[in-house]
Amino acid sequence: MITFIPRDKVSKNWIIIAPILSIVFTIFFGLLIFTFLGYNPLETLYQIFVSPFSRIDRISDILVKACPLIIIGTGLMLCFKSNVWNIGAEGQFIMGALLAGFIALSFPNIETKFFLLITILAGFVGGALWAFIPAILKTKLNVNEILVSLMLVYVAMLFIDFIVRGPLRDPMSFGFPLSKPYPDGALINKIPFPGIGFLGQLHYGILFVLLLIPVSWIFVNKTLGGFKINVLGSAPQAAKFAGFKQNSITITVLLLSGGLAGVAGVIEVSANIGQLQPEVSFGYGFTAIIVAFLGRLTPVGILFAGIIIATVKLGADNAQMTMGIPKVVTGLFEGILLFFLLTGETLQKYKIKWSEGKK
Amino acid sequence: MIKFCMRIFSLITLSISVLFFVISSTFAGSPTKVGFVYLTTPGDHGWTYAHELGKQMVEKRFGKDVKVSVVENVPEGPDATRVIRELAKQGNEIIFTTSFGYMEPTLKVAKEFPNVKFEHITGYKRSKNVATGNIRFYEGRYIQGVVAGLMTKTNKIGYIGAYPIAEVIMGINAFAQGLKSVNKDASISVIWANTWYDPVKEADAAKVHIAEGADVLAQHTDSPAMLQIAEKNGAMGFGQSTDMSAFAPKAQLFASINNWGPYYIKKIEELRNGKWNTGDGPNHWPGNVWGGIKSDMLVISKFQNMPANVAQKAQEALDGIKTGKINIFAGPLIDNTGKEIIPAGKALDDGALWGMNYYLQGVNGKVPG
Repeated sequence: MITFIPRDKVSKNWIIIAPILSIVFTIFFGLLIFTFLGYNPLETLYQIFVSPFSRIDRISDILVKACPLIIIGTGLMLCFKSNVWNIGAEGQFIMGALLAGFIALSFPNIETKFFLLITILAGFVGGALWAFIPAILKTKLNVNEILVSLMLVYVAMLFIDFIVRGPLRDPMSFGFPLSKPYPDGALINKIPFPGIGFLGQLHYGILFVLLLIPVSWIFVNKTLGGFKINVLGSAPQAAKFAGFKQNSITITVLLLSGGLAGVAGVIEVSANIGQLQPEVSFGYGFTAIIVAFLGRLTPVGILFAGIIIATVKLGADNAQMTMGIPKVVTGLFEGILLFFLLTGETLQKYKIKWSEGKK
Repeated sequence: MIKFCMRIFSLITLSISVLFFVISSTFAGSPTKVGFVYLTTPGDHGWTYAHELGKQMVEKRFGKDVKVSVVENVPEGPDATRVIRELAKQGNEIIFTTSFGYMEPTLKVAKEFPNVKFEHITGYKRSKNVATGNIRFYEGRYIQGVVAGLMTKTNKIGYIGAYPIAEVIMGINAFAQGLKSVNKDASISVIWANTWYDPVKEADAAKVHIAEGADVLAQHTDSPAMLQIAEKNGAMGFGQSTDMSAFAPKAQLFASINNWGPYYIKKIEELRNGKWNTGDGPNHWPGNVWGGIKSDMLVISKFQNMPANVAQKAQEALDGIKTGKINIFAGPLIDNTGKEIIPAGKALDDGALWGMNYYLQGVNGKVPG
């Protein structure tokens, strides 16, 4: 039996040393695996960690990839901080994108970009509504929110699948499951840089992230709402004695995280896809859970965690393009990286105690 | 200041890319760089594996004259745009994007790289530097229908479709035409799996078909699960995309094999000779390359697990399609509600095939949606 005992105080030094050690271990095992499989280990590491930063348009690709992860992760942070386990951000992402898409496609000729305010709001509402189901079930009937939110992911996937094959299918798509293209007013444009033009897919949606990080930091650290969430998560009893309404906090964080996931969905579809299709999310909602924890449930941490995860994903693609390393190998390496980072994080806070299990 | 830095930076990137372009075009003797984008990891069966085999044929044929880059497991969305753009940036001269969902990403990137050639598999939109390629999968399904009609004892055929799109529906109808040509009493029931690849769902669908009395199964999905279920339950079936007899040595009657190699080689050769083109006008469906049995893009594996007379009938159907003696969609065609689609003496053209949203006689039920 292994038991984890919380440390009395977390050493300041280890906060810095642990992540460094994690990276050292990751690189060591990475080198071992790549050498063993016959790939040039240093070049592989270069491709995974450095090559994504080697050109400015590649850096913009990282930001594009990290954008939805950071937005969803920030929402999940609020949930996880208050011990509410929303695992269904993927579904909320889809429902947000879907509701916004429905509105966008209802106004086929709209050109003004102010329309985006409406679609983004619709995305928030769509995601929040989807998260409201586990919220209400949890607070009224004490149903486990992990199960409900997770199961609703599959409902959302099938629902969007049905919508793009049926009601919203473009009659000109030869029977393929695609909606009509969005009107101009519902598209998020790429950012033109003077003298350079576009940098990859870098789009205005990134501005939302730049806004979200400071706002959420202020919310968590400087407002009563953020304080309540913190107390509820770290000391539920204290929250009770202080008279914080646990149910209303639970509902609020679920609505906020669902809403943010929905907004991420709108931004992703409006900026990168431009129409509805059966798959609009590619596991962003699940990856964002890792991002939230890797970022230690702080807004700035999540910003960096999102960038790290996006970097490794792009690096894996580069490694495949230039060196022919299959995805399974780079996936393994990603797993090792996350394992050590999260282990380091856990061991900072907890001591391990080996004990004989009771017979 | 920032503006100035950006200018400098853009100048540097511009000059580097120009340099790169000059270098790559002066060394004409250097290998042709070819890129492939795969939907999944190739594995050992099915759609992407068939493309992998095609890629291997390219490498074998050209040897040191080509340098192939592959990216596998690319989801059909923004990641595809990024990967395709990256392949173009790395100097690949021709890029094959091997799944329908790469259509918009391919077109988007093609606009940014007018000098790079793109070949999109199974799409219907083209542009100046985007060509499309597809296989006449339905031809194999006609032969499947012939074999199924002769092999079935219950006269019930179970068909597993991925999605009710024209491509799949024309396959079902071609199967029905083959079936009708040898057995007027048999009929086809369709179960939609709503996935191209999900062994569990495909296996479930196969079990339902068998429970309802079907003894020959056909699939327009990608995994060998259906054949494995057939093998266990004493039913028969057909392999999809690649030869699947290893998964079901007693149940596979034959497999329709997607043979992309010749098409890849032809297009790369055209590029190397400066003769690459997209064929006809931009909106003509089905695109410039739509090859079948005749052009060797669809290969029929050996007939097995069937009596000699059935194999002979199958061979006749195969030869008939190859020589053009059999026109699968020749009139009179009547749909399964009794409505005449086309009278005797006429035949459906390619465009009409891509508009199919009805079942022909011999298929039960109606097309969903």
